Formats: sequence, structure tokens, C-alpha cells
Amino acid sequence: MEVAKIENVTRVYKNGKIETNALSGVNLTIENGEFTSLVGPSGSGKTTLLQLIGCLDQPTTGKIFINGKDVSTLNKSARADIRRGTIGFIFQFFALIPTLNAYENIEMPLLLNGVKPDERRKTVTLLLEEVGLSDRANNRPDQMSGGQQQRVAIARAFATHPSIILADEPTANLDTANGEQVMELMTRLNKESGVTFVFATHDPRVIKYARRVITLRDGLIVDD
Amino acid sequence: MTQLFRMAFRDLLRNRRRSFLSSLALAIGVALLMLMFAFVNGEMTGAMNSTIRLQSGHLQIRAETYDENKSSLKWSDLVENPDQIVQKISSLPPVIAATPRLFVSGIIASKDITAGVRVIGIDPTSKANEPYRLGLLEGQFLTLDDRDGILIGQPLAKKLDLKTGDSINVSVNTSNGDVSEQSFIVRGIYSTQTYGFDRVSVFMALPKAQTISGTENHASIIFILLNDNAQTDSVKNAIQAPGYKIVTWTEMNDLIIQTENFANSYINMFAFIILAITATVITNTLIMAVFERTREIGILSAIGMKASRIMGMFLMESSLLTIGGLVMGIIMGLLMVAWFNGHGFYIGNMGISGMLIQDTIYPNLTLTDTIRVSVISFVISLLAGMYPAVIAARMEPVEALHGGK
Ligand SMILES: Nc1ncnc2c1ncn2[C@@H]1O[C@H](COP(=O)(O)OP(=O)(O)OP(=O)(O)O)[C@@H](O)[C@H]1O
Ligand SMILES: [Mg+2]
Repeated sequence: MEVAKIENVTRVYKNGKIETNALSGVNLTIENGEFTSLVGPSGSGKTTLLQLIGCLDQPTTGKIFINGKDVSTLNKSARADIRRGTIGFIFQFFALIPTLNAYENIEMPLLLNGVKPDERRKTVTLLLEEVGLSDRANNRPDQMSGGQQQRVAIARAFATHPSIILADEPTANLDTANGEQVMELMTRLNKESGVTFVFATHDPRVIKYARRVITLRDGLIVDD
Repeated sequence: MTQLFRMAFRDLLRNRRRSFLSSLALAIGVALLMLMFAFVNGEMTGAMNSTIRLQSGHLQIRAETYDENKSSLKWSDLVENPDQIVQKISSLPPVIAATPRLFVSGIIASKDITAGVRVIGIDPTSKANEPYRLGLLEGQFLTLDDRDGILIGQPLAKKLDLKTGDSINVSVNTSNGDVSEQSFIVRGIYSTQTYGFDRVSVFMALPKAQTISGTENHASIIFILLNDNAQTDSVKNAIQAPGYKIVTWTEMNDLIIQTENFANSYINMFAFIILAITATVITNTLIMAVFERTREIGILSAIGMKASRIMGMFLMESSLLTIGGLVMGIIMGLLMVAWFNGHGFYIGNMGISGMLIQDTIYPNLTLTDTIRVSVISFVISLLAGMYPAVIAARMEPVEALHGGK
């Protein structure tokens, strides 16, 4: 089963009169259970591609299918629905809600999906254990290290058992030890639950975890 | 919902001082409005009550041809043998007092100074004259058989430099158009704390006033005081006085009612200005909150929070600010009203003619006004929160995620 299918996708950014071709015709299929790395020099279009797969953005031309559904022309609200149910995000900056503690951050997507309180509690407790932060449940983001925050973010992305988790340079702001911990956690989740991961990175130590490596250059896939 | 509430609440806490200051802005607005409404209400009910008590009563019985602006003493313009009617009316339950009064215009003179006055002939035994008796500053009240005593107000006493026991010369118009003159003794000096009244009104026993003005057994009006303003119409219908007309306090005090309406529209405008300022402060605070949290909005949107819910989060924040401000404002307002109720607000002689305004106003805060101020401020503050909430909801997730970096 393919989780995501990208057909002839281009993305042109317009800034006044300047046009940037961030993606210039990308074809790509991502199968269920993949653990795939997007690599390429800065500006090659990795982030752009992840945002398109993640329904945060829309392609200029071409089509994107998520679980077989064409999402390239959906409106803002329909895209929010897709994101909520089927996509998890991990960002380079540890994108947690500053006013919520670790527990509440992980609980957020479950709340948005209307999961019942009992089940929420079970899921969040289990996830905290899974990422090794049971003792940090009540800590707010500013009371945790970068590595800890990123692990909370992973737990949050995983909480709703999405079809695909997209991570944009998840280790770029972490030291080697923390970076490895994060990558090992992602690998384990992928192996244990079969959730699909696609992550963009520059870091050779991260690339070695990937089972598939897609290389982008100037908005085109040059190696797969 | 609880999560939205929690996030909104914690965000307000995160910016404690800013949140407090914008709530305070609303609170001050609300408190000022409450005080303003209370003062206008207090002044107006005060003016109405003094006018009813001192001047108009709740009802007056007059001759058909009586004109209160002309003070004619022609017998046909007066009420004949008022005692008969008075007795009948006094037996009606809501009536505190019914008493004849005679108004005679005159001039009093002491040494070289003269002053125009309105002589009021009263029955000193009637309860209706209690306010004057209680307002006595020195000397004694009149008695029904007093043939040369007169009671004057404090401003007049000051102007003519008079004390109890002094002699003065009084000239009055008479029924047949002449002027009659006689010497009187100042029995006492009164004050009703109402400059406009005290300055011109002097009292004489009714029989003496009738004699000196040649009106014999006539009175200008029958003055009727009731337990309660609301009973006016039912008493009016119960009174039988063929050949005479009965006028109510609302008809007689048109000016006060008009002034009150005018004052109300005036303070409504003022209220609008105050609330517009408060709304600006709230809008500003929330716009700052929205821009500070751009990235957070991006994250929430990325994990699938709908625009409507993001809007809800910021509306929740403005509601919390508003409720906080309202509670503070109502408490402040109540304290201020309570303080002025204890101390009064001295305005002195406002110099408004045609209206009896006491020299000290006591605020009178009604529940209706409190609710009105609260509801209006709440609605306006929520409207003020709409714009920032819409800004938040309109943000594109990608841009929001980058915006906060
Ligand atoms: N919002 C935007 N407006 C205009 N141009 C943009 C925008 N976002 C990205 N670009 C341009 O599109 C191209 C691809 O950018 P993208 O962020 O996808 O690269 P990347 O591979 O993620 O780079 P990096 O490794 O530095 O993160 C770049 O030339 C970039 O300057
Ligand atoms: Mg990038």
C-alpha cells in the first residue's frame, strides 16, 4: 500500500516579481512502513516537499495523493482534517506548545481527534514511558532539554497513530548523543508499529539509519 | 474546551502584567460608568424627590383656571373651602397628607435691602410640612394662630442679615389687585438644603396669609403627598372634586423628566466613548498576543487544529480578560458608590432655575444600571476580541510556522 504518491509536482514561490522554483517536477511514491531519508544541499527543496506531503501547503502544479485521496486541491479546513487524522509532524525547532506540559502536549492531537478521556490517559501514559519521560510528565517545554523536548514532539506526532510522520531535520539542533537517541526512538517506533517515517536531513550520521535515501537537487530527485 | 480554556488562561498568566493592565483598563471603565450612572440617577431621583416633597407633592387639586406661573389671587382661580375636600382625601389609605396651600407673591424689606419672595400660607399642623419643620436651623416653627410670625430660608436670612426675632416689612399682592403691607417677626430660619427653594420661599400660617392677601377661605392648591410614586394614578382616580382639576407630579415636573432623559442620552454617549477606549486597549493586547504566538498557531494548525478552534482559543482569552476586568470593575464601582454614598458629593448651588437640586448628590446605583453596564462592556469587549481572533484564524500554517522562528 502506498501512503503518499506525488505526481509531477512543482512548487513555485512568488515574492513580488521574483519566482523561485523550489520543486520542478517531482514524482515519488512512499510505501507503508518506509523509513526514508530526504537528502540534498540547502535549498534543494526538502522542506518544500515535506510541507506538500504534509498538506501544509499546496503544489503549483501536479497531484498529491495521501492514502489514495487527492489532496492537492483541498481547501484549508479539509487539509486541517487530513493533517489531524493521518499525518504527524516533527520539526527542527522543538515545536511544543510553551504553556502546556509534556503530558498535555502529547494529549493535544488526541483531544483534537475527539479521543475519550480514559483512552487519552492510557495512550499518553504509555507514550511517555515509550519515550522515557514518565518522570517529566508535568514539565513544561522550558523545563526540559532539547533532546527531551524532541522526544515529546515525537510522542505527540505518534499519538494518533498517523499513516505517516514527517520530520524536518529532527536532529539539527541536538548534540550527537541526543540525536542518536532521537533516531533510535524513531527507528523503534517504525519497527514496532510500522508507521511510515520520512525525514529530511543533512547529517550523515542520521542518513545511515534510513532504509531508503532520496536525493534532491535544485527541486528534482536525482537519486533514489 | 477545557484545553482551550487552560491554554488561554495560562497564556494570560504568562503575561501577568499585561493581562492585568488590560483588565484594569476595562475595570476602570466599568467602575467609572457605574459611578456615572449612579450619580445621574441619584441626582435625578434626588431632584424629583425634593421637588415632590418641597414643591409639587404627588398630586395637586387646583381650580380649572389656575395657572401656576401667574399666581393670580382672583377667587375664581382658587380652591374654595379647601378643608372639606382635604378631609375626604385624607381618609384614602395611600395618602400621607393633604393640605391647603396659598401662594402669594411679595417683597420683604429689612433696613435698606429688599427681596422678592413667594409667601406660602401653610397649615403648620399638617404632616406635609415636616420637611420645613425638620429643616429648622434656629427659632421655632409656626402655629396655626400665629398672626405676625414668618419663617424664612437661610440664603434669604443671610442676604438680609436677619436673625430669629428680627422685625421685617412684608408687602404682598392682594386678591383685588392692591398691595398690602405689614410688619412681621422672624420666628425661625430653615434650610431644606435646596438653594433654589430656600432663596425665595417664606412661610406664614394659612389664616394670616389669607387675611393679608384678601383671599378669605381660599387656597391656591391642595397639596397631596402619597406613600409611593406608583400610587399616583389610582389615588387620582379615587379623588372626587367636581369643578376642579387634579394634576400629577409627572405632569408638573416635566422639566425634570426631560432633563433626566437628556442626561441619560448624554451619559450613554459618554459610556460609548469610555468603552471604545477600553475596547482599543483589549484589541491591542490581543493582537500582541496573537503575533507573539504566531509559531504556536502554526504548530497547532500543523497538528490539525481548525481555524475556528484557533479563533475560539483567542476569543476565550478575551472572554477571560473581560470577565476578570468586569469583576474587578464591579467591585471597584461598588466601593466607589458606597464611599460617595457615605460622604456625598457636594456640588453646592448649581444655579439651575426651575429645578430643585440638593447641594449634595448621593449616587443611586440600580441593579438595572449595573446589569446594563456589565452586559454592554462584556459585549463590546468580546467584539474587540474578534479582530485579533480572526487574524489568528486566517494565518497560513506554513507561514505561521516560519513566522515565529
Ligand atoms: N516561503 C518561501 N518564499 C520564497 N521562497 C522560498 C520559500 N520557502 C522556500 N523558498 C525557496 O525554495 C527553495 C527550496 O527551499 P526549501 O526550504 O525547500 O529547501 P531545503 O532543501 O529545505 O533547504 P535547507 O536544507 O536549507 O532546509 C529555496 O531556494 C528557498 O529559498
Ligand atoms: Mg529545510
